[in-house]
Amino acid sequence: MVSQEAGMPARVVRPRMSIPMLLMSMRTFIALIVVLVFFSITTPNFLTPSTLVILAKHVAVNAFMAIGMTFVILTGGIDLSVGSIVGLAGMVAGGLIDYGIPFSHWGFTIYPNVIETIAMTLGAGLVIGAINGVLVTRFNVAPFIATLGTLYIARGAALLVSNGQTFANLVGDPAYDNQGFPFLGAGTILGIPFSIVALIVLTAVAAYVARNTPFGRQVYAVGGNENAARLSGVPVMRIKIAVYVISGVCAALAGLVVSSELVAANPASGESFELNAIAATVLGGTSLMGGRGTIGGTVVGAFVIGVLSDGLVMLGVNAFWQMVIKGSVIITAVVLDQIQQKMQRKMALQAQLA
Amino acid sequence: MTAATPTAAATDPILLRARKIGKVFPGTTALTDVNFDVYRGAVNVLVGENGAGKSTLMKILAGVERPSAGLLELEGAPVSFASVRQAAEHGISIIFQELNLCPNLSIAENLFIGSPISRLSVSVDHATQRRRAQALLDRLGQHIDAGTLVSELRIGQQQIVEIAKALAEEARILIMDEPTSALSGPEVTILFRIIEELKASGVAIIYISHRLEELVRIGDYITVLRDGRIQATAAKADISVPWIIHQMVGPLETALTPAVHHPERVVLQAEKISLAGPQGRRLVDEVSFTLRSGEVVGFYGLLGAGRSELFECLLGVHAEAGGTLTVDGVDVSGMTIAERLRRGVALVPEDRQREGLVQSLSVRANLSLAALWRFAKFFRISNAAERSGVASMIRSLWIKVATPEVEVTALSGGNQQKVVIGKALLTKPKVLLLDEPSRGIDIGAKAEVFRAIRELADGGLAIAFATSDLKEVLALSDRVLVMAEGRIAGAFTRETMTEQGLVAAATPGAAGVRKALQ
Repeated sequence: MVSQEAGMPARVVRPRMSIPMLLMSMRTFIALIVVLVFFSITTPNFLTPSTLVILAKHVAVNAFMAIGMTFVILTGGIDLSVGSIVGLAGMVAGGLIDYGIPFSHWGFTIYPNVIETIAMTLGAGLVIGAINGVLVTRFNVAPFIATLGTLYIARGAALLVSNGQTFANLVGDPAYDNQGFPFLGAGTILGIPFSIVALIVLTAVAAYVARNTPFGRQVYAVGGNENAARLSGVPVMRIKIAVYVISGVCAALAGLVVSSELVAANPASGESFELNAIAATVLGGTSLMGGRGTIGGTVVGAFVIGVLSDGLVMLGVNAFWQMVIKGSVIITAVVLDQIQQKMQRKMALQAQLA
Repeated sequence: MTAATPTAAATDPILLRARKIGKVFPGTTALTDVNFDVYRGAVNVLVGENGAGKSTLMKILAGVERPSAGLLELEGAPVSFASVRQAAEHGISIIFQELNLCPNLSIAENLFIGSPISRLSVSVDHATQRRRAQALLDRLGQHIDAGTLVSELRIGQQQIVEIAKALAEEARILIMDEPTSALSGPEVTILFRIIEELKASGVAIIYISHRLEELVRIGDYITVLRDGRIQATAAKADISVPWIIHQMVGPLETALTPAVHHPERVVLQAEKISLAGPQGRRLVDEVSFTLRSGEVVGFYGLLGAGRSELFECLLGVHAEAGGTLTVDGVDVSGMTIAERLRRGVALVPEDRQREGLVQSLSVRANLSLAALWRFAKFFRISNAAERSGVASMIRSLWIKVATPEVEVTALSGGNQQKVVIGKALLTKPKVLLLDEPSRGIDIGAKAEVFRAIRELADGGLAIAFATSDLKEVLALSDRVLVMAEGRIAGAFTRETMTEQGLVAAATPGAAGVRKALQ
């Protein structure tokens, strides 16, 4: 150790990747290919551009939430409120377009344009996310409970906005200069639907943030070992608040796209979407204990779930069976994850004993 | 409890044998080829420095951990314990350093919490439990009502409840891990009397303590562990405090003795640093000292002397801590950890796994974690800057790793420790605080870590390191500050530091005497 030739380590720890380990680590991707091939063979018209575009648009909504969720889960938290934020976001956008901001006392109403509407809606998601973050950090509420609370509050708020009614026909009015909202759901950029473009951009930005920024590194560190992160100068509270804000904004984006696609805002929309987002994240290899996972994995996970649900529908599988199959896939994913981690630990110990 | 039958005792004085026990954890080898005999009706003392493997061995005997190699023989028959419960069924009980009682329950309820006495296996028979608990307390000479809530007991009494709990489970082997660490003088006397009585009734005691005089006083057989191996075993007749110290520490290595320095500039000035503990007791009590560039100052003291807490205060972990801290002329008290890191204070924490490493991240990400601000350009981490910083640290600390991309848990304990040190160094500190830097790493890695510390000091860094290892502190320090009960209880220079002097200053009783004299 003292006598070293040109800085070369005397004994090196080289991680050997056996073939089963390699397959294990790529399992989500393999699963995606398997389901794609399966439905291409069994389902007529599955492998056509129009089907795939519809599929990708379905996946996008889920993936928006799952990307935000990944940041939260990477810190070891969970965000159950995203489904309700989808509903609330739709209602905020719908209300602003159909009814504007009424100043009834003075007898006038302000109609924000579409850009302002979108900004305010994302702002609503940001506020809910910030509330989650503050509850989890300053008030030390367990993430599960804090976001369960905001799940109810946001859903209640969405219903209160219209007293449970749907805001329909969100096309705006030339008189108020607030047209164009349906673009989010139906418009295209260079021939590609807006939501798919948004998915690509969001995935790229999120993956970059997670991999290449100090913030991303600190997110992983907080989830991997909060104590060590704190002693290394990581502002643990700020990081945690930030991930819930990201998750809230991502969910609001999903809400915008959903209501734009329907050209209507229903206060009940987005119910149980949080479970899809969590499922996609976990399928993508993110550990619920925090510290491990990738944005890319999550998006692949969202596609696995999307292909599975749409494919099963097209195949005409009974809706009840669809749920059973989806649940089994999620459990299998987590079991495989546990097996992989056990294998890794065993290999590390063996390397040490050798 | 009945005394062991004369025939059994006569045939084999050894109740439990541990043979060639080995234990490997990810990143560390805790025990290698350990043979340990537990004699009936005797106090079997186990002694060693922090990280020598005592606790691991105890946990294996008590069924908390399973050995990676070797076997246990109870009365000649091989046994293996999958859980604490199984060990208890074989009559082995352990009393941990941190007491495991439910404060919200009564003494009687605590004693029978593992296997409640019930009527028809349905409802708990409180009256019988209470009666039996009272009988046990009486046997231990305690006049406490068995219905008292544990939260109302003093810590020494709680310890006795733990012993009663073990007796309720009809323990034949009772393991005590640092039982006197929280006890007052009279409580220790009571404990020792109880131990004598247990011995007389045939119970084998396994006793771990750092207090050497205690061990000599009550020990019948002494086993010394060093670096996960058995260093020596001896019967009572052959042992003395100097012998134990010699076995624990080994011969002093002259190679590590530093050259005498003449440090110049004051880099760190701490004034009246204080930190209150949970019960109003001060964990750190108005500690003042200075560190100069180029010097290595050892903080010696027993477990719980307040060294770790002091270092944490210096880094800014406890916002509520009192006192002022100046680094290079800048008052940093009131600053956050991140701000202090930038001002040049860095800490290598005591517990590498809990506070040092992010286990899920690579060696590279761990090394750069505290210094991301140095590698960041606008919003992103500069790959090139990070890689070259990490590579230079791997080289200069001789971290053995194939590539910085492997997960940090794949490294050996010594290399993991170097990663934690490297992380602190990448912040370009002016003051480096190391808390037990050699804990749980093998002897070769220790030597490398010490050499690195010395070189860093020679390069102008001010270094403070905390240790409860006499050899280390004597070999490595330019100055030694001894801590006891949160205070600085003694200051020594290279000329005045001796083993006896340090141990005397570190013993809490002695500090009290000195305080009284002042």
